[in-house]
Amino acid sequence: MIEIRGLTKVYGEKKAVDSLNLTIRKGEVFGLLGPNGAGKTTTTLMLLGLTEPTAGEAFIAERDCTKEPIAVKRIVGYLPDNVGFYSDLTGRENLYFTGRLNGLSEEELRERAEKLLVRVGMSEAADQKTGTYSRGMRQRLGIADVLMKDPEVIIMDEPTLGIDPQGMRDLLRLIRELAEEDGRTVLVSSHQLYQIQQVCDRVGIFVEGRLIACGTIGELGKKMEREGKYTLELQAEPDNDALVSLLSHMEGASAVEREGELLLVRSGEDIRRRATLLLAANGYTVLQLRQKGGDLDEIYSRYFEQAEAGERKASAGKDRK
Amino acid sequence: MNRRKPASGRLLPEKTENKLRDFVETVQSWRSPGLKALFDKEMTDHIRSRRFQLILALVAVTSYASLYGAVSGLSGSEGSDYLFLALYTTSSGSIPSFLSFIALLGPFVGIILGFDGISGEKSDRTLYRIAAQPIYRDAIINGKFLAGAALIVLMVFTMGISIGAAGILALGIRPSPEEVARVFVFLVFTAVYICFWLGLSLWLSVVARSAAASAMAAIGLWIFCALFMGLVASMIAGLVYPVNTQMQALYNSMGNYTLDLYLNRLSPYYLYSEAVTTIMNPGVRSVNVITMQSLDGAVSSYLSLGQSLLLVWPHLAGLIALMLGTFAGSYVCFMRQEIRAK
Repeated sequence: MIEIRGLTKVYGEKKAVDSLNLTIRKGEVFGLLGPNGAGKTTTTLMLLGLTEPTAGEAFIAERDCTKEPIAVKRIVGYLPDNVGFYSDLTGRENLYFTGRLNGLSEEELRERAEKLLVRVGMSEAADQKTGTYSRGMRQRLGIADVLMKDPEVIIMDEPTLGIDPQGMRDLLRLIRELAEEDGRTVLVSSHQLYQIQQVCDRVGIFVEGRLIACGTIGELGKKMEREGKYTLELQAEPDNDALVSLLSHMEGASAVEREGELLLVRSGEDIRRRATLLLAANGYTVLQLRQKGGDLDEIYSRYFEQAEAGERKASAGKDRK
Repeated sequence: MNRRKPASGRLLPEKTENKLRDFVETVQSWRSPGLKALFDKEMTDHIRSRRFQLILALVAVTSYASLYGAVSGLSGSEGSDYLFLALYTTSSGSIPSFLSFIALLGPFVGIILGFDGISGEKSDRTLYRIAAQPIYRDAIINGKFLAGAALIVLMVFTMGISIGAAGILALGIRPSPEEVARVFVFLVFTAVYICFWLGLSLWLSVVARSAAASAMAAIGLWIFCALFMGLVASMIAGLVYPVNTQMQALYNSMGNYTLDLYLNRLSPYYLYSEAVTTIMNPGVRSVNVITMQSLDGAVSSYLSLGQSLLLVWPHLAGLIALMLGTFAGSYVCFMRQEIRAK
């Protein structure tokens, strides 16, 4: 459904997006994960033809995003980060306006707006001016607004920011519904991994303009193991400095860190057996031992560590607008 | 098939009809999707907005005040040959004429309608949402300019015609067709002049980061054009053609005056004032310097409308060019501006 080939965007000297290749299938919920400033929004804007790529191309449903933006925008709904509405119009009027921009007939847009307001649970507040709306309400109206054109593809930019837990649950349920029941393709960009983990079929991890990993969450976990990134979570008695030095001198261990009561042992291979034997031989009692990995949190922090270090370096060097 | 004979039931020959249909289709293909929706929305927004209502009330009050001044001034005098025109041009005592009020307040209307056109959409974060709809990007700025211009035309003509009507009622004068035509031309000039300010403030709203900055810049330009351009012009003219001593005055006063005039005409305010004064006063025979020789043998009479128009064609062309120039500037800047994250 969405096909991105070698997409690149350069601002001055900074590569916001660096030869991105990505294919998203129809009816899939794809999560684009990355820290702030990773180039997620730039990518979504290029998909909509609002920003011109420096190189590469992107297609949505076989239409070129740069050359046929109107055709693309007809089938793509975009929910920007912190969506804005005309504050002196009511929620309903804002939806009507979007419907008119999409060339819907008057009856059609009235009917559709009514249905969508019910669907996102905004029918009671629909006749208030949007200037009085809370952020969560604007977000819900934003989803109704996106659905006004009955899009095949929905792109959401940071949809989970700043809404309360109940709103979050509703939103996630709605995203799933859009993909499963309506058969729409959804691209969600976010830096909040927990929410994304719950609804995405696949995720792509996007750092410094590059997609450094892409796949289902299970696949990403396996990939990380293959690359030899293991973390062992361990608690033993007596917990003293000798224990730390013992572990750090163990064959295969690359680093030992302390996190509360736990010790984290990083290694390039599975060292569970070796560690148990070693500790037992030195008279320690193992209280806890767990191989970390497989959940998105771990994957995320692992992939982001380098990225954030890099970002700090970049921001210290040159302040990006 | 006989193509020459029109088929029964046709109003036009087939060929003409096909051509007509092609033409209609061509015109329809120019239609920008969403332009009408944007135009309607902008129109509603302006009409509903407190700001516009306020400035409209201000314009109405001052217009009627100037009419009151004109009527009271005229009823005392023995009158001129063009009483109807005098309604618009007569100032009495402390109340300026309708003409000078509009020249001063008109720009304000244009600025009010345009200054937060694009920057407002940006700060409300609605621009991203609108730009993601299946419309051409220029529809956004075209819609804004067209809606503003339509409103200006509507306002100018309503105001001008209602002033005329009230004056007729108050004084019982009968306007001649020529006078009506002159008023019409005057209103066209006024609409173009105000549209220039709309285009300018829209341009500033594209370039400026905030609505406040664009409003400040537009008002600054307005004040400069209305008040300081004359000072600057006479200063420069004085430097280039000094007229301090009698000898200098003898040689330079022509050059000094002409340069002063040309510099002043760079200001749309002066250009407009000069043009409408000529149109509304059939007695004005020239807008440039006249020497005694060229007056020699001239018949002292009023100019006909055609002759008055001839005098101000360059002004009209200049004002239209300025208006289109500012709109083109805002168009180009808006189209080249990247819609990007923050």
